[in-house]
Amino acid sequence: MESELLFKPGHTACAGCGQSLAARMVIEAAGKNTIVANNTGCLEVFSTKYPESAWNVPWIHSLFENCAAVASGIEAALIYLGKKDTTNVIAQGGDGGTADIGLQALSGMLERGHDILYVCYDNEAYMNTGVQRSGLTPFHTNTTTSPIGPKSVGNVRFKKPMPEIANAHGIPYVATASAGFPQDIQRKVKKAISIKGPKYIQIHVPCPLGWRHETELMLEIGKLAVETGLYPLIEYENGVLSAVRKITQPKPVEEYLKAQGRFKHLLGNPELIKQIQDIADNNIRKYNLKG
Amino acid sequence: MKEFLEGSRAVAEIVKMCKPGVISAYPITPQTHIVEELAQMVANGELNAQFVNVESEHSAASVVLGGVAAGVRSFTATSSQGLFYMAEVLFNISGMRLPLVMTCANRAISAPINIWNDQQDSLSLRDSGWVQLYAENIQEAVDLHLIGYRLSEDKSMMLPVMVCMDGFILTHGMEAVDMPKQEEVDKFLPAYKPLYKLDTAEPISMGLLADPDYYIETRFAMQETFKDALKLIPTINEEFKNCFNRDYKDGLVEEYYTKDAEKVIVAMGSVCGTIKEVVDAQRAKGKKIGLLKVISYRPFPYARVYDALKDVPRVAVLDKAVSLGAYAPLAIEIKAAFSGKKKSPKVISSFVAGLGGRDITAESVKEILTKLTQKEINLEFIDLKPELLKEEYGE
Amino acid sequence: MYGPLIVKPAKSKGDKTGSWRIKLKPKFLQKNCIGCKMCLLVCPEGCIQGKEKNTYLPNYEYCKGCGLCAVICPKADIIMVEESSEGDKK
Repeated sequence: MESELLFKPGHTACAGCGQSLAARMVIEAAGKNTIVANNTGCLEVFSTKYPESAWNVPWIHSLFENCAAVASGIEAALIYLGKKDTTNVIAQGGDGGTADIGLQALSGMLERGHDILYVCYDNEAYMNTGVQRSGLTPFHTNTTTSPIGPKSVGNVRFKKPMPEIANAHGIPYVATASAGFPQDIQRKVKKAISIKGPKYIQIHVPCPLGWRHETELMLEIGKLAVETGLYPLIEYENGVLSAVRKITQPKPVEEYLKAQGRFKHLLGNPELIKQIQDIADNNIRKYNLKG
Repeated sequence: MKEFLEGSRAVAEIVKMCKPGVISAYPITPQTHIVEELAQMVANGELNAQFVNVESEHSAASVVLGGVAAGVRSFTATSSQGLFYMAEVLFNISGMRLPLVMTCANRAISAPINIWNDQQDSLSLRDSGWVQLYAENIQEAVDLHLIGYRLSEDKSMMLPVMVCMDGFILTHGMEAVDMPKQEEVDKFLPAYKPLYKLDTAEPISMGLLADPDYYIETRFAMQETFKDALKLIPTINEEFKNCFNRDYKDGLVEEYYTKDAEKVIVAMGSVCGTIKEVVDAQRAKGKKIGLLKVISYRPFPYARVYDALKDVPRVAVLDKAVSLGAYAPLAIEIKAAFSGKKKSPKVISSFVAGLGGRDITAESVKEILTKLTQKEINLEFIDLKPELLKEEYGE
Repeated sequence: MYGPLIVKPAKSKGDKTGSWRIKLKPKFLQKNCIGCKMCLLVCPEGCIQGKEKNTYLPNYEYCKGCGLCAVICPKADIIMVEESSEGDKK
């Protein structure tokens, strides 16, 4: 049975890695008729260290920032070969490879209308190089390049609104998902690949090492990000917000923050926590999450 | 039958006959005409290919990487800054042993920005793991694309090939070109059969992390393959001669009146045409002048250069590029060809000319010959305007 | 000549990451299991297998001991135990 798995055990992700769970959900939902182009990053390194590969589908890694372009070439080749209708193409990378260094290639891929699903595994910093701040690192996060100190309370910027940026390209499907809700990832991936054209799914993937939380809390922390309103699970279809995961009773952000070392400096500082709460409250209003 | 064609048009025609399934490019002068022609051929239905208009050269190189990795012959073209923006991907393509042909319309490098010809761009990427072949004229540019695909896709090679043609001089120049027939091309260049490809029927992983236990062998294998290319290029050129009746001999260098020469100029690209004219005129006067044209800069044919120049008393190397702070790129290799050897020219002088498109005239070539005396010159710029040089920055 | 370049997954066995477990490992009690497969779903290694209720087991050669299966199990039928409690690491 193991030989039939599309993402096999034996990869060297850290224990409790949200990205490895999410990556498995994505490829299992997409199925074996899928070709994957992967940016440089944790997922690439922990799944394909020569002579091992966790991937039981055709898989290619080229560079940090170009998986969207490599996938575009693969898709073009498949069209040329007459195989596109029977083959899914997935381009995937981390938050840095997607929202920072790979944004240009991604934008090109989305704008050109390739039939490709792009998956961004958002662990909110450059984890592969040692937890440096990225464009998707949240406000006030303590990372190695946005460290706390007498003159700093962590990252000074809000997360770059990647789902909205992707959506602004006029593509047919954009969604956010979370490793805290694995079945939801699979549902969204299946939906995405059923739609022709460029698709963008951004998956929140807790990182026990970089976020500094216990490994067995990975799912719980993923869920808390959603249930506080800090990481809304939304879907855009043809530019329109078509579905959101409702939150019946939004939890205070402190519950999410307190389990993670990267936010430890905020605890006991109501003013800073209020600023994070405002982000959550704003999301709840903006996407009408309450219900 | 010969046709009077612009260089870019001729290159586009031959690329079309090579039947690439994926073409991707980003506009940069002076490469644009080539890809415009190809886009039009696709639009006209004359060429069955996916033409992917990308947002940068980085992505152009990445798209053709993906195309050939999925098993389809692919093509791109660029120049200057575009080539540099591709640089990261170029090393990646060769490191993954993916066969490709790319045209480099040679152009100067910024700053200052300058769209005219020299060879600083491709020569700066000499270590990228791409074969580099330099064309003297449009006919050669055409033929090198054909030879390039054959070489690149050979099972013993699987390395990318850069066909370097001087920007404007060759890309925008007109020449009577002998274009081959499609049947001839098909015979010389069969359909691409990949050794490995991304295919759901037989999944493989490509582009893996190689730690210290594995990495150095990847580079050793490439180095050995470049050595093999020195043998394969003559073999392919022999076949080319039989198919198309044009003889580039071994295809590594061209010897033009070198046998009895007292002075030989070594150069690459279109300037060789000018040098040949000077050689002809000097020979007519009984002066023993010759030219050694280097076609293959990577792999560099050290043994061929040694054979061609070992009995020549004085050699001048003309570079259209610099390696700032060191000898010029072609001169370095020519000198290296004689390192530790029994025979050697008494003088190997190095000259740099034509940077940023300044004309290298017959007079420039004659000046080099005049300066090729018993005293070795290690890098002298020709045709400088001293009045433009000053000791202080600014006005 | 070619260096190490491509990998065929069929031949790839992966690292035996089970050796990473330093303290705890999951023990599948196989008593109250209802076959909901949540453990199988959330395992970041994908190393849990089984066919029906009370048959699910992790492959200890790969299990890194993250504890997510024990957390997700709705019947508390998976517990984390000391690595050394049942002999050597498998």
